[in-house]
Amino acid sequence: MAGGDRPVDNGVNVEALIAAREALTQAPEAAQFKWRAACEWKNGTYSHSTVEGFYGLGQEQQRKTKFTFDADHPEVFAAEDRGATPVEYVLVGLASCLTAGIAAVAQNRSIQLHSVTATIEGDMDLQGILGIDDGVRNGFNGIRITYKIDADAKPEDIEALVAQSQKRSAVYDIVTNPTNVTVVVN
Amino acid sequence: MSRCLAQRSIDHVVLERGEIAHTWRTERWDSLRLLTPNWQSRLPDFNYSGTDPDGYRTLPEVIELIEAYAAIISAPVRTHTTVTSVRGTESGYFVKTDQGEWSCRTLVIASGAFNIACVPDFFHRVPSSIAMFTAQQYRNPGQLPDGGVLVVGASSSGTQIANEIHRSGRPVTLAVGEHIRAPRVYRGKDLQWWMDVVGLLDERYDQVDDIARARRVPSLQLAGSPDRSMLDLNTLAEAGVKLVGRLAGITESGRAQFAGSLRNMCALSDLKMNRLLNLIDAWAHENGFDDKIEAPQRLPPTRVEEAPPLGLDLHSGEIKTIIWATGYRPDYSWLELPVIDRKGMVRHDGGVVCLPGVYLMGAPFLRRRKSTLIDGAGDDARDLSDHLASYLHGRAARMTA
Repeated sequence: MAGGDRPVDNGVNVEALIAAREALTQAPEAAQFKWRAACEWKNGTYSHSTVEGFYGLGQEQQRKTKFTFDADHPEVFAAEDRGATPVEYVLVGLASCLTAGIAAVAQNRSIQLHSVTATIEGDMDLQGILGIDDGVRNGFNGIRITYKIDADAKPEDIEALVAQSQKRSAVYDIVTNPTNVTVVVN
Repeated sequence: MSRCLAQRSIDHVVLERGEIAHTWRTERWDSLRLLTPNWQSRLPDFNYSGTDPDGYRTLPEVIELIEAYAAIISAPVRTHTTVTSVRGTESGYFVKTDQGEWSCRTLVIASGAFNIACVPDFFHRVPSSIAMFTAQQYRNPGQLPDGGVLVVGASSSGTQIANEIHRSGRPVTLAVGEHIRAPRVYRGKDLQWWMDVVGLLDERYDQVDDIARARRVPSLQLAGSPDRSMLDLNTLAEAGVKLVGRLAGITESGRAQFAGSLRNMCALSDLKMNRLLNLIDAWAHENGFDDKIEAPQRLPPTRVEEAPPLGLDLHSGEIKTIIWATGYRPDYSWLELPVIDRKGMVRHDGGVVCLPGVYLMGAPFLRRRKSTLIDGAGDDARDLSDHLASYLHGRAARMTA
């Protein structure tokens, strides 16, 4: 439901995405991507990670800049708090993936967004990672996300945006479904 | 299709590997009823004339319908004739069966879309102490050992089977992935009546946005219950069925893993249902029905517990049987023609297959949304027999030229 006078612009190039989808339907090999990061220990629980290149569309790809991430534990963990915790990176990953999805779906459905904010919270029982209780998992027991969305759409259409975003979210899938992880030491 | 071909005096034969209505006799559960009302199974020159138009046919009644139709139109059926291969020749096609061979200029593939029950490849991790049945193998609760049952899949088959098994006294856990909730009756009218009258069932394959996706849509959570009760997740949960997320995997140690996406699956289903009801309300309003029928209403949202279980130890004894209600795929192993795509489906344009003189019938959304229903066969057959007749005519013209 576009305003009629101005075309909907959420900053998402939906035509390009649709074209990419059609192209990749014909060439599924080109759809095989590899995302990468490198991590270097600094001291204590402090490490420094970088994201530079990935593989996709049949070849190695470079980013415009090298992205860097500092990770650490907070002072209550007797650490130096030089960066967000790894689990907070996961929450950032989930929130940003869903938020990007909301923008893309809104663009595709001609819904003008004015503001979208999310708060995300993950519950964790430390008895898991501290090895105190085998019955307690290391990771989150549950994650809750609350979205506040101001858009030119009815409430049920906004809910549909959020539902569709989860349906097509990579990080939502990673968090809600099992994934094989292989760790090798050279 | 046979009826339409006969009306055009096109010489043909119908090959059936078993008895007429074979899969209805051998691959469906005992208490099955069609989810479409009796009046809605309209075949060319053969409408319902019984006393219960709004009822839902039982399995024996479906078999009776198909047998009666075959007899009335004198369909040239060869029963107990299994096709073992179909190949192309210079003049058409060569069909090998266990009862002899046929040469033909045109071919109609009407072997159905639901030949093989889909089961995820991690099924081999299920402990051998647990009995397993697909929805195709399931007949009635009496087949099952006592004890808990895990039903995987919550579309039409899964919800009906879960309901029947739970009521037999075996506690059911239902793993819920993508599904479509639908009321049986809305504003006093059958949902299938609405879908017919608002034009949804007649919607054409070349009119929808994403036909590939539309053809993969799971079956509505509708059942042909004589009391017209709704069979949704809320009803099942109220009866004591335990709802968990999609079965995402089974670990090597035999632990079933359920996805943490149950809440969103249910939200998506409620949204889809409400979009359908909005469409119905808009049509009813535009067509002057508002003062003649009950007012619009919406169902309460699907209730999901705060923290549904994410796993289940299949060695614990809690589960004694697993029912796989995880969909079907067609069997084209006998079809040795270059018409199969990389997903194992026949390539076609509204039932006109990508080889001259070859046609497909009875696939989801083949030409219209109703293509998957008995009621859809007639219009599809009329369209495709038209095309087939033109093809034969064109061939004849080319040969005499």
